[in-house]
Amino acid sequence: MANPNKVDVAVMRSMLSRARGLGSAKSGTAHWWAQRVTAMALIPLVVWFVATIIQLSHQPRSAVAHWMASPIHAALLLALLAAMFHHMQLGLVVVIEDYVHSNRLRVVSLLLVKAMTAVLFLASAISVVRLAVAG
Amino acid sequence: MVELALPANSKMVAGITHKAPAGAKRVRNFKIYRWNPDDGKNPQLDNFEIDLDACGPMVLDALIKIKNEIDPSLTFRRSCREGICGSCAMNIDGGNTLACLKPIEECGGDAIKITPLPHMPVLKDLIPDLSHAYAQLRSIEPWMQSDTPAPPDGERLQSKQERAKLDGMWECILCFCCSTACPSYWWNGDRYLGPAVLLAAYRWIADSRDEATGARLDALEDPFKLYRCHTIMNCTETCPKGLNPAKAIAEIKHLMLERQG
Repeated sequence: MANPNKVDVAVMRSMLSRARGLGSAKSGTAHWWAQRVTAMALIPLVVWFVATIIQLSHQPRSAVAHWMASPIHAALLLALLAAMFHHMQLGLVVVIEDYVHSNRLRVVSLLLVKAMTAVLFLASAISVVRLAVAG
Repeated sequence: MVELALPANSKMVAGITHKAPAGAKRVRNFKIYRWNPDDGKNPQLDNFEIDLDACGPMVLDALIKIKNEIDPSLTFRRSCREGICGSCAMNIDGGNTLACLKPIEECGGDAIKITPLPHMPVLKDLIPDLSHAYAQLRSIEPWMQSDTPAPPDGERLQSKQERAKLDGMWECILCFCCSTACPSYWWNGDRYLGPAVLLAAYRWIADSRDEATGARLDALEDPFKLYRCHTIMNCTETCPKGLNPAKAIAEIKHLMLERQG
């Protein structure tokens, strides 16, 4: 049973002060818009990529390298990778902000996600460039 | 982290059953959430058997009948009984709505389960603590802000088209059915303003007589205050007044984009 003589109040800040919190961060729009733009860009890029993969399946490596040597093909592939990893990073950031409530854990996981997607993007971009340039 | 299970002292346990009077023909079970801050017990679901032939048509009628005739300690908010005060918002049969507008006939299942608005602190039985939601409403300054003085000889004028933009927003009665139906508000309600408050914010952004639009958008431009909305749409789905808070939030996002160039 609650003992009215032993009330432990840690926060006496007013409700309005709590609701206002730290105020507006004056950001969020760019993130929200980038998520939509990358999503829209990925629709034609993924369709093009899947169609190409079907065409190139069962072809020798030299044929793939020859196809990749076209600057347009290599550029579209890099655009696909950039849009895809950027979109992935934006989405994971939202998931972490939604569910991770400890400040320290949130900062660490946000940095990890961004580093991980950057490394994955660079590794796949280098593979594309190497295949396109060196064959 | 997000808490997926209730704390041990918040888990619901089985409650007691109040039998219908002998001879009752149309009996319906109401399973009602009971919690008393003073007895130190866990919340429990009490079952009330109600004779529908001796009860009004709405869920609120059943609650009032229970309070008057069976258990006067049952605690809930109610006032107008016609969907205009927003007091009797609660979770009925799995959805947030107003008890006074919900016909008993529309509730499916063997028993009608009634619990407080989800994920809010409970004060007693069906009464949630809405202090934070009210403070959030206060924080968006829901009143007209204008530097131009009002005309000395009359009210501020507004065209019919300008006035029409407020339709679907002024009708909000602030029952908070929508905010408490929103998972984003459950997980991040301390910072996310929630659909009810964002609808109120857009009601003033869209008002042609208001001159603080830029400042209002500034105050909302925040990853948590506004952008926790992930268009889940529970708000619009559940609104007992048939309003569309999700659309108001989308309009705010479009204005954010528009002012960037």
